[in-house]
This record gives sequence, structure tokens and C-alpha cells, in this order.
Amino acid sequence: MGEFRVIEVKRSVFADNDRRAEELRRRLREKKLFLLNLMSSPGAGKTTLLTRTIQRLGGEMKIGVMEADIDSDVDARRISGTGARAIQLHTGGMCHLDADMTAQGLEGLDTGDLDLAILENVGNLVCPAEFDTGASKNAMILSVPEGDDKPLKYPLMFSACDAVVINKTDVLPYFDFDMDRCRENILARNPRARIIPVCAKTGEGVDEWVGWLREQVEMWKR
Amino acid sequence: MHELGVVFYVIRDVKKVAEENGARRVESVTLEIGQVTGVVHELLRDCWKWAIKKEPIMDEAELVIEEVPAVTHCEDCGEDYETVRYAKLCPNCGSGNTYLIQGREFNIKEIGVT
Repeated sequence: MGEFRVIEVKRSVFADNDRRAEELRRRLREKKLFLLNLMSSPGAGKTTLLTRTIQRLGGEMKIGVMEADIDSDVDARRISGTGARAIQLHTGGMCHLDADMTAQGLEGLDTGDLDLAILENVGNLVCPAEFDTGASKNAMILSVPEGDDKPLKYPLMFSACDAVVINKTDVLPYFDFDMDRCRENILARNPRARIIPVCAKTGEGVDEWVGWLREQVEMWKR
Repeated sequence: MHELGVVFYVIRDVKKVAEENGARRVESVTLEIGQVTGVVHELLRDCWKWAIKKEPIMDEAELVIEEVPAVTHCEDCGEDYETVRYAKLCPNCGSGNTYLIQGREFNIKEIGVT
């Protein structure tokens, strides 16, 4: 039996992922490939907004999509219907993607000729915010039925995002959702957040979202 | 939360440190966990018990958790206050110009080995 001894480690469990995420971001810059990490709770409309986005931007840039889910390939099938390249990533029960899983996904997507890769993260407002995927920018969708208080309940998610899309504005008359209060709640946590109300179903507001994304992709390539 | 995923990261890091230090067995692992990380300690312990069984070098390692209290700092009046009790608005001056200074840690503090 060896002697019992204590080894001081003093290491953040997330430090390793953060380092890998930075590495991935650096590689993406070199390749001039913009990676968007899109997050939301289940059913907020990620796949519907993505379908719209691809319809609008598909003519001017090459887009690939990685659909992360615990299981199933329902979303990848829907995206494939738009003509964009799509692959399904299974997290095998994990509630989020980390930088390594994202890098593996990008390899599987074959990004050689792509301008924009979109990662549709696992539907969840907690875990994906904790793990840097290495994406160029983070965006999230909050849908009207979820309520204007969500920035108070999931502050980390709202502070990690560069853009917050507020989806399903067509049902505003039926819900007790105050757009101004929601903006205040978001900006209190993240003063730099770009807030974009849209209705992915009817296409209302999608112009502004697509404009933001196009600008980000162009800036990344410079 | 992602307790199981986090446990896998901890085990990976601990095994690496143990091997680098020529340890034969890992007897204990001490984590520092911030009060507002959202990690559920009981769930973390359950995941731990399940996951270490697959790791011969640490299959009986005890998990020790030290909680780091959450503290928020007010930019306007300089006050530090308890995050969980008062949240975003400074109890001293009412300002919302505040930020968290500790409470989101998730560190491996030390490991006990033989």
C-alpha cells in the first residue's frame, strides 16, 4: 500500500472544454467558415426558423446544418428537404454538445465548401449555455407561449447569446406576453443582445434575422 | 442540469492527474461547486456512484463537495451582497448595475491518492 497523499489540482472542470472551443473557433476563422450555435427550449421553432433561413440565404451562400438530438432524425430529414446539407448528431443521452462533439460533427458535415454551418443544439435552456461549442456566434429562440419571464429564469442562456429571436409573434394576442418587459428582462442580463421578434411560420420579421446573420457571416470572413 | 456529463469530465481529469502523479488508487475527490451553478448535489452523487464503478483506479473514490457561496458586486455603490437572497438588484442602493463575482465555480480542488 502506498502512503495516502493529497494532490492539489485547482482546475476548472470546464477549462478543458473552453480551451478546445477556442481552438475550434480559431480553425473556423482560418477556414472562413461561420458557425452559428442555435439554442432554445423544445418546440420554440428552431427547425422552422432554420428552414426559412435556408430558403432566404441558400441562393447566396452554401449552408450546412447539424441537428443535435438525444435520439431520432426527424429534424435532419426536414432540413434535407430544403436542399441544404444536413447531418444528425446523437448526443447519446447528453443534454448538450461540447466543443469536441461539435468538432466531430463538423468533420461529418464535410465543410470544405461551406460558408455557414448551423448547429441546432439540444432543446434545453440550461445545459447548452454552460458549454462553449466553439461557435462563432450564439443565438437563441424564445417563443411567445414560453413567457416573457424566461430571461429571469434562465439568465445564463440569455447572457451567452449574441442574438435573441422572439418567435411566434402571431400568437401574441392570445398570451399574456409583454414584449417591452421581455426586452427589459433580456437587456438587464445582456445589454449587447440583439433582439429580433419574428414569426417563422408567416415570415414576418425574418428579414431582420436574416440580415443580422448575413452581416455576421460577412464580418467573420474578413 | 448535466450532472452525468460533468461527472465524466471530472473522472477524465482526475484519472489524468492520478496517472501523472504515479498514484495507484484515487481515494477521494474534492470539488468546489458554486452555489448558482445549478448542479444538484444529490444527483451528482448518484451519477458519481454509477460512473466510478467503470473506473478501476477510482471505483471506490469518495466524492467531497465544498459549496462556494454566490456573491454579487454592485458597480454603483461598491457593495458585495448575497446573490441568492437579493438577485440582480443591489439591496444597498437599488442599482441593477451588478455582476456576479463568485458562485459559478466548478473546480476539482484536490484528490486524495495512495
